[in-house]
Amino acid sequence: MLELQKVSLEIEGDTSFEILKNINLKFYDKKIYVVTGPNGGGKSSLAKIIMGVYNPTSGEILLDGQDITTMNITERARMGVGYAFQSPPRFKGIKVKELLKMAASHNPEQVNICDLLYDVGLCAQDYLNRDVDASLSGGEMKRIEIATVLARNLKIAVFDEPEAGIDLWSFQKLAETFRDIHEKYNTTIIIISHQERIMELADEIIIMSNGMISAQSERDIILAGIMNNDSCVCGTKCVKGVGQNAECVG
Amino acid sequence: MLNALDKLMLEKVADLHEIPQGAFNIRKNGAGIQRNTTANIDIVTKTDKSGIDVIIKPYTKGESVHIPVIVTEENINDVVYNTFEVGEYSDVVIVAGCGIHNSGHHKSQHDGIHTFYVRKGAKLKYVEKHYGQGEGEGQRVLNPKTILEVEEGAVVELELIQIKGIDQTKRDTEIRLMDNAKLVVTERLLTYKDQEAESNITVELLGADSSAQIISRSVAQNDSKQVFYFDLVGRNKGRGHIQCDAIIMHNAQVLSTPRISAHHSEAQLVHEAAIGRIESEQLIKLMSLGFSEQEAEDTILSGFLK
Repeated sequence: MLELQKVSLEIEGDTSFEILKNINLKFYDKKIYVVTGPNGGGKSSLAKIIMGVYNPTSGEILLDGQDITTMNITERARMGVGYAFQSPPRFKGIKVKELLKMAASHNPEQVNICDLLYDVGLCAQDYLNRDVDASLSGGEMKRIEIATVLARNLKIAVFDEPEAGIDLWSFQKLAETFRDIHEKYNTTIIIISHQERIMELADEIIIMSNGMISAQSERDIILAGIMNNDSCVCGTKCVKGVGQNAECVG
Repeated sequence: MLNALDKLMLEKVADLHEIPQGAFNIRKNGAGIQRNTTANIDIVTKTDKSGIDVIIKPYTKGESVHIPVIVTEENINDVVYNTFEVGEYSDVVIVAGCGIHNSGHHKSQHDGIHTFYVRKGAKLKYVEKHYGQGEGEGQRVLNPKTILEVEEGAVVELELIQIKGIDQTKRDTEIRLMDNAKLVVTERLLTYKDQEAESNITVELLGADSSAQIISRSVAQNDSKQVFYFDLVGRNKGRGHIQCDAIIMHNAQVLSTPRISAHHSEAQLVHEAAIGRIESEQLIKLMSLGFSEQEAEDTILSGFLK
């Protein structure tokens, strides 16, 4: 189980800004969670704080009861935490197969690299020897990024908007892929997404806005709430016509 | 004969574990020590100055020539002039490398001036590797000059590699391409400590429909300095592309000047140049796969310089 206790994250700048505010969350084993909510609500920061890219300003993070708050990215990765980037970085001179082999190198099970590519809808023979550089499209990069996470035997897998940029790949395939790793490795999956079809995979849905958890419940309850209420879920009270004196910069 | 150090040098500069097959000439501390010729490839010592003529017969296919140079003493200043005649419609690989092991306090230097005549329709791959080691403070200096005359329809692939070890280098490369000639230059350079490296490459597209591509990738670490100057000159209908990328680290300096000069309305020339740090996202990605920060950095650099 992954547990966040009173986790806050502040970014220092000209004025310090609190991105995550006193987050308390429990991610139980073998469950699928979807985190959703408006842009800028803190979803990606939550993912990064789980992977160790950011360290919380206060609060604690526990993995199976062990305090991992001060552990760096490498240490968390070796404990079985994985993270698929929203915008994956590119590498000049590194081939798709090399990146996937690196990803699979800590997995005690034999991983078939070609099957991984198939699972994300890419044809192995077309991609294995291509460089993970600017010659790949955004959608291709996203699929390869997901494959690097599938290559690992993880306790916790975090996917940051996996559907973004994947236009032609059927959601059906993406959904099957998530279910497969969930079943194969008993991985707890946390997906940041705005897509209803991704939300349908979830055991639980968490809505984040303004750096806080504004709702968390079983899938059907949250989905019903979202479907019945098409007003925005952001925390700011915005009413059309108010603030006539505001200057629009454009 | 070759001792263990000589063999290590040969392995580093020419990927040779034993005496090579085919034609070769091994030069050590300013003198030729071993040579082999084949029915199609002759190697002749120059009579007017230091160096060799390598003569490859027309239509020679699938053969290789290794001409490694090793310097294992200090205070050597070796200048050598090598001329290569690559016969019409031949298809060969030439590997020239220089390894310097300098444990002394004085400078050791090797300047190789190589002139190639790549005849009509020939295909040449030329690999030049530089390697240096030694605990002494004696400088290891290499100043190669390479001139290539590429005739009609010939195809030349050039690989210029220098990873660490050489304290000072100034590399001049001049290439002239005739009708339909094709050229690909791949340069890989890594400097560290207070090493300095300068590379000047000038390619002239003289013939119609010739094409040239220069891909340079370098890493500058510590207090080292790199200076690049590329000039792609279009004097006829043809295409050229320069792409140079550098990763800069620590207190290093990289000065890169890509120039394209068109003297013909149908010359299509492009240059791209970029210098930057290792992106933090790249490090984070590899660390999130279980690599330490140092392993991630090494992986990114070795991929980049591959």
